[in-house]
Amino acid sequence: MRTAAAVLRKDLRLELRTREAVPAMALFALTTFVIFHFGLDRRSLEGELAAGVLWVTLLFAAMLGVNRLFVAEREQGGFDAFLLAPVDRTAMFAAKAAGLFAYLCAVELVAIPAFVVLLLGPGPGAAFPELLLVLVLANAGVAVVGTLAGALAIQTRARDLIAPLVALPLLVPVVIASARATAPLLAEAGAGAFPAKWPLILALYDVVFGLLAYAVFDYLLED
Amino acid sequence: MLYGKGLRPLALASAVTLTAAFALVFFYAPLDADQGFIQKIFYVHVPMAIVALLGFVAGGVMAVMHLRTGDRRWDMRSYVAIHLSLVLAVGVLITGAIWAKGSWGHWWVWDEPTLVSFLIVFLLYATYQPLRFSIEDPERQARYASVFAIVAGAFVPLNFLAVRMAESLAHPRVLSTTGGAMPGEMRLTFYLSLLGMALLFVTLWKYEMASKQTSMQLRALRRKLSGEEPPLSVGRSAAPRVTLPARPER
Repeated sequence: MRTAAAVLRKDLRLELRTREAVPAMALFALTTFVIFHFGLDRRSLEGELAAGVLWVTLLFAAMLGVNRLFVAEREQGGFDAFLLAPVDRTAMFAAKAAGLFAYLCAVELVAIPAFVVLLLGPGPGAAFPELLLVLVLANAGVAVVGTLAGALAIQTRARDLIAPLVALPLLVPVVIASARATAPLLAEAGAGAFPAKWPLILALYDVVFGLLAYAVFDYLLED
Repeated sequence: MLYGKGLRPLALASAVTLTAAFALVFFYAPLDADQGFIQKIFYVHVPMAIVALLGFVAGGVMAVMHLRTGDRRWDMRSYVAIHLSLVLAVGVLITGAIWAKGSWGHWWVWDEPTLVSFLIVFLLYATYQPLRFSIEDPERQARYASVFAIVAGAFVPLNFLAVRMAESLAHPRVLSTTGGAMPGEMRLTFYLSLLGMALLFVTLWKYEMASKQTSMQLRALRRKLSGEEPPLSVGRSAAPRVTLPARPER
């Protein structure tokens, strides 16, 4: 636990000083909103279309973060140092997943207001707590699966290609559940009924893949 | 373990079962009341899909065995199972599209959860080989491929659950809900086709394992004859290799 906190602190400090991943992810999300505006030729979006655009953008922005997640460890010998230290290897997974979770939250702090201003027709006012719940659950799922995919891809020759190819199919259930859950919240006629089954599916997904990643991550660091 | 052992009776059994199943399909099973002749593709499509999904899950279980025991042969078994399942999965997508065209008029129908989840699973497993063969070190390659196979194997049921909840239920669910309504002749034919397809999978799996094992033994013998040192196993990445235990001298 203390090891994970140390690695996480190191990662966050590195990100604060270099500003490598999060600004790029946020900028990518903003650009994608503009591209969706022209691609769909709509001034404002609502309901299912708005939810779809939001989640596709957030997911693709997350892929940028996944690609950067382990690059420093690989290139600067962080893996070797970590393996030499007498610590639990799963700490690396916990730290990286928590770091990716924090990156995603930071990106959403920029991307969600921008989405509301640029594209969203109805304001999300009343449905804000539900939206927050879906965001947190989806971020957890993306963080766990993204960390796993990033760790799988980091030792391959074409790592920037492999990580999204592995992560995107694995994240289809997250997209389904979060888009379905947010669509009624963003509806033109005011927030519709919030279907409780989708957050449940998201939570189930997070738990299953969290445990799975916890079980297999050790084998990705052995050398 | 010798994979060539019992290969001939097994191959014979799967050929006989499959032939019998196809004979039943065309001469015994009744025509479907509303779909007519096109429904007969069901006896190929559904067994193939079930065997492919079970093959993916079996690949995951073999990968667990590999990580637990550290025995590289389990990795090879998992690789062969997944790669045969991928071949079957292509067949499933093609027959599914033909069936959809025949009975609904479109090659692809999005509001049909089983077809869509199968496509997602196929897309995921399509990255298995690019992932595996872009890792240079064979030992690491085996380990990473096993981790992928385990995660993907666990993903299969979860994905089906999520997609099924998202879509309307248009796919004919022959086994679970309408299974009671399927007449006995149809059910018998279906189970025989399923058995034949499963036997075919096992035969092909054993065949490929035997071929890999034989070519590796051959390579080892050649090396021994020419008195070479065994080469360092780095750099070349092809299908997974295992180091065989030393054979006792005669």
